[in-house]
Amino acid sequence: MELPLHVLIISSLIKILIVVHVLLIGVMAMILAERKVSGWIQDRHGPNRVGPWGILQPIADGIKFFLKEDLIPDHVDKPIYVLAPAILLVPALIICAVVPFGSSITVAGYEIPLQIADINIGILYVLAITSLGVYGVVLGAWASNNKYSLLGGLRSSAQMISYELTLGLAIIGVLMLSGSLSLREIAIAQGANIWNWNFLIHLPAFLAFTTAAFAETNRLPFDLAEAEQELVAGYHTEYSSMKFAMYFMAEYMNMIVGSAVAVTLFLGGWHLFGLENLGGPFWSGVISIAIFSAKTALFLFVFIWVRWTLPRFRYDQLMNLGWKFLLPVALTSIVVTAIVWIGTQSKLLVGVCNVVAASVVVAIVASTLAMRREPEQIERQEPSFMKGSSSGRT
Amino acid sequence: MEFAGIKSLIFYAFALLTVASAVLVVTVRNIVHAAFSLMITLFGVAGLYVFLQADFLAATQVIVYVGGILVLILFGVMMTSGRLQMRIQIERGQLILGGLVALLILLLLFGVISNTPHWEGIKDDGSTLEPTTRTIGEMIMQGEFLLPFEVVSILLLVALIGAALISRKEVRDEE
Repeated sequence: MELPLHVLIISSLIKILIVVHVLLIGVMAMILAERKVSGWIQDRHGPNRVGPWGILQPIADGIKFFLKEDLIPDHVDKPIYVLAPAILLVPALIICAVVPFGSSITVAGYEIPLQIADINIGILYVLAITSLGVYGVVLGAWASNNKYSLLGGLRSSAQMISYELTLGLAIIGVLMLSGSLSLREIAIAQGANIWNWNFLIHLPAFLAFTTAAFAETNRLPFDLAEAEQELVAGYHTEYSSMKFAMYFMAEYMNMIVGSAVAVTLFLGGWHLFGLENLGGPFWSGVISIAIFSAKTALFLFVFIWVRWTLPRFRYDQLMNLGWKFLLPVALTSIVVTAIVWIGTQSKLLVGVCNVVAASVVVAIVASTLAMRREPEQIERQEPSFMKGSSSGRT
Repeated sequence: MEFAGIKSLIFYAFALLTVASAVLVVTVRNIVHAAFSLMITLFGVAGLYVFLQADFLAATQVIVYVGGILVLILFGVMMTSGRLQMRIQIERGQLILGGLVALLILLLLFGVISNTPHWEGIKDDGSTLEPTTRTIGEMIMQGEFLLPFEVVSILLLVALIGAALISRKEVRDEE
C-alpha cells in the first residue's frame, strides 16, 4: 500500500505525536496503578487524597519533581551526568516506532497502517535499541562519581548484558515460525485463532522472554542495581528533581514498551477472536487499538503484581537464573522448534515438544546444581560488590 | 521539500555526527568521554549503513558494537578505575604510528571503493528497501559461506570455553 508522500509525512507525524503522548500519559497511569495495586496487594488504601480516588496523584508527583531544585553536585562529570538520563529515556521512546499498535485505519480514503514505521528488520531494531539502554545506567553511575552509584551501575550492566542474550535467543523460535523479522508480519502470522498465538507454541521461550524483560527494566525481583539496603539508590543516588524523574519515567516507559513488544510477539498483537474485524474500515482500526492496549495493560498488571509479590534475588541467584536456566531453555527452544517444525510442520507438536524439552533441561540443570558440592572458595573470590543481599550462601 | 532533499539532509546529519564524534574519540583525554563519543560514531555508522540499503548490517552493527563490545570496554574501564581522573597519555611515537596506520587503511579503502563493481546499482529514488536478511541467511546457511560460518562459530566456542577456564582458574587449583 503506497501512500502519497505528503499523506505519509502528515500521518506519520500524527502517529508519532499520539504514540509519544500516549506513552507519557501511560507512565502517569502506571505510577498511579503501581501505587493503587501495591496498596490493594498490601491491604491498604494507597493514594486517596489528591483528587477522587487519588487519580491526580501522578500530576502532584510531576509538579513536585518540576519544582525541586535541579541540583548538580560539584564532584560529578557534568556533561555525562546531564546526558545520562536522556540516554536511558530516548531508547525507550524510539523503540515504539516499530511496534504495531493496531491493524490499519482508513481516514479520508487513505488506508493508514497503525504503526509508525514498518521496517523489515523490526525485531532486530528492537534488540539493537534495547541494548542502548544500558548506557544510561552505566554512564550515569560513572558520572555520579559516587561509590554506591558505581556499584549499582556495575551490577546493572552485568545483569542487563546477561539477560539481553536470553531476550534475543527467546525470540528466534518465534521468528522461525513467522518467517519474518517485521513485527507487523509476526502479529499477522499469529492471526485471530488463540491456538496460533506464540505464547502457546513457545511457552518456555515466552516465560524466558518475560523474565528477561523484567530483568531489563531493573525492577523487583531484579532491582539489585538500586537495592536500597545496600546501595542507597544505586545508579541514580546523585540525581534529583527532573533528572531523577527521567530515570523514573524511563523505567516505566521501558515496562510499557516491553509489554507492547511482548504482546506483539507472543500474545497475538491486536487480534482477539476476530473481534478486530468488526465495524467498518475506520472502527475496526479503533477496535484493534483498544484490543492491543487492553493486552498491554494486562501485561503491565503482571509487572506490578510480580514486583509486590516476589522478594529481591541475591546476586548469585540472579546470575544462576540467567545463565544456567533461562539461557539453556531459550537455546533448547530454538533447536526443538527447528527440528520439530521441519519434521512435522505441526504447531501443536512444536508447542508440546517445547514444553517437554524445557522441563527436561530445567530438571537436568537443577539436579546437576543440587548434586554439585558448593565450593566455599567462590564466596571469597568474588569482589565485594558482586555479592547480593547479606544473607549467606546455604 | 522533495523526498531526495529530506534524505540528503538526514544523510549529511549522520555523516557530520559520525565524523565529528570520531574526531572527539581521538582528541578527548578522558577515556569515558572517548568511549561515549565512540558510541555516537558507531551509531552514526549504523545510520550510514541504512542509506546504503544494508538494513541488517545496520541493526547488527548496533547490537554487536554498541550493545556488546563498547559496553564491555566501559565495563572494563569502570572495573579498573572508578575515578573521574582517568586520563590518556599520548606520546609522539604513538601519534606517528597511528597516523601511518590510518593512512594505510585510507589507501586500502580507496582501493576497495574503486574496485567495487556494482557502484551504480544503488538506487536512490525513495523506493522501499529490499530486505537483505533473507539473502544473507541463505548465503550463510545454504550457500558458499556455510564452511566459514561454522569455522567461526567453533572459534568463538573455543574462545568462550577458554575465557570460562581462565576466569575460574584459581578456584580449580584449590580443589
